[in-house]
Amino acid sequence: MDLFLQQTLAGLAIGGIYASVALAVVMIYQATDHFNFAQGEMAMFSTFVAWSLITYGLPYWLAFFLTVGISFAGGLAIERIVVRPVEKAPVLNQIIVFIGLLVIFNSVAGWIFEHTIKPFPSPFPEEPLFGNRFIGMHDTGVIGVTMIMLALVFVFVRHTPLGLAMRAAAQNPESAKLVGVRVGWMLAIGWGLAAAIGSVAGMMIAPVVFLEPNMMLGILLYGFAGALLGGVSSPGGAVLGGFMVGVLENLVGAYVPFVGTELKLTVALVLIIVVLLFKPAGLFGTVTVKRV
Amino acid sequence: MAALLDVRGLKAYYGQTQALHGIDFELEQGGITTILGANGAGKTTTLRSVCAMIRTEGEITFAGDRIDGSRTETIVRRGIGHVPDGRGTFVRLSVEENLKLAAITRRDKDGVDADFERVFGYFPVLRERRQQQAGTLSGGEQQMLAIARALMLRPRLMLLDEPSFGLAPLIVKEIFNIMQRINQEDGVSMLLVEQNASLALELADHAYLLETGRVVMGGPAEQIKNDETVRRSYLGY
Repeated sequence: MDLFLQQTLAGLAIGGIYASVALAVVMIYQATDHFNFAQGEMAMFSTFVAWSLITYGLPYWLAFFLTVGISFAGGLAIERIVVRPVEKAPVLNQIIVFIGLLVIFNSVAGWIFEHTIKPFPSPFPEEPLFGNRFIGMHDTGVIGVTMIMLALVFVFVRHTPLGLAMRAAAQNPESAKLVGVRVGWMLAIGWGLAAAIGSVAGMMIAPVVFLEPNMMLGILLYGFAGALLGGVSSPGGAVLGGFMVGVLENLVGAYVPFVGTELKLTVALVLIIVVLLFKPAGLFGTVTVKRV
Repeated sequence: MAALLDVRGLKAYYGQTQALHGIDFELEQGGITTILGANGAGKTTTLRSVCAMIRTEGEITFAGDRIDGSRTETIVRRGIGHVPDGRGTFVRLSVEENLKLAAITRRDKDGVDADFERVFGYFPVLRERRQQQAGTLSGGEQQMLAIARALMLRPRLMLLDEPSFGLAPLIVKEIFNIMQRINQEDGVSMLLVEQNASLALELADHAYLLETGRVVMGGPAEQIKNDETVRRSYLGY
């Protein structure tokens, strides 16, 4: 029972990271109809920015919020400069641009910050909360931070005029223009938000997986799995999917002997394939019917 | 009196294909003008051209200012409410959100509240359905929502693309009555595109006839209605 509780709680903590990545992926997906394969690398790069700021001597939380801001601006700039010119290009061209971004971020990070593995600080103290033996303080903090962030994003998208305009622009760009919404800017803000969400995920996971240019590769895969499981057409579903993947991954790793820690990533891949085969719209997604 | 909308030598293109071959027309302040024509004549294209939704050449003047070359969002904010074909409903947003969206750029909160009341006055059913997802509305209700949404922009001119499309005759009658009231009570000018020529000619004061991207006839609705060719080809008697 202890093991189960422990693994579930740890799964929720890591699931919060996956949920954030899944949300970032789904936000871009809703606006562009494609998965942004560079989402993980963008988050990794953001984490390096945070690391630089902290190394420079800034207090952790100042560096944290600065990084979120810089990431937002960076995401916005990427949309304006790189994504916008291929907006109307065929699917494959766009995918190649996303993969290009992935490779560029990965290489540039390695070039600037080198490939050596760096420790990244956790803002939370070492000792477990209330001396319990089920969950460490970092995991508790991660759950807290991701929950607060997801709640803020939810309130922003659901209950502010700008959030409404963003949803409208993603749903029906042509109609949105006809009511005066600047659709191009809404998409750019969507990219900024996704990048900011990703940066939080990166900073929260870095103390666990350590900072290096490839640190987000596996995380992104879990994020994709979460997004697909919850449904790419449903941001709320993607978040839930992310948490579910986190818990599932941990429980399978703990209870299925041959999986252990080595084959955990395979769980995500199997999950992606199973979802795509049997419920392509995901658990909470809506099936889009297209007339041809 | 200067025309509210003045279009000169308008050409429009879908990729390489030219859909309008230099058409001229104008619309008086406070008037209702209709554009008639068969399928593919360029009626929808004309409306889309005014809102810069496709590539055009030629001059479009609205309330004395050139608007060709401006972006759709800018043109709309100047006071042109476009009710597109297919209604353009945001199906996953609620009825209220659909309406709110059109007022998003406006800063006058009291005016927006008053416009909500005005719109619900015209379409009481939308008040009842306020919290409902717009995609679950019936066809007629979605058409009402589309008109209501355009009204929330406080337009001086409304572009209406086949508001009768796919609706039962009774609903069409109701919608056309409301359009007339909007025109008379709020002084909103209208450019109406319709397949249903007799209905359109009854509402409009001016009419133009389009054939394969060219204006072949234009004048007061009364005169067009009595024209021999129009009667036989479009009114069917």
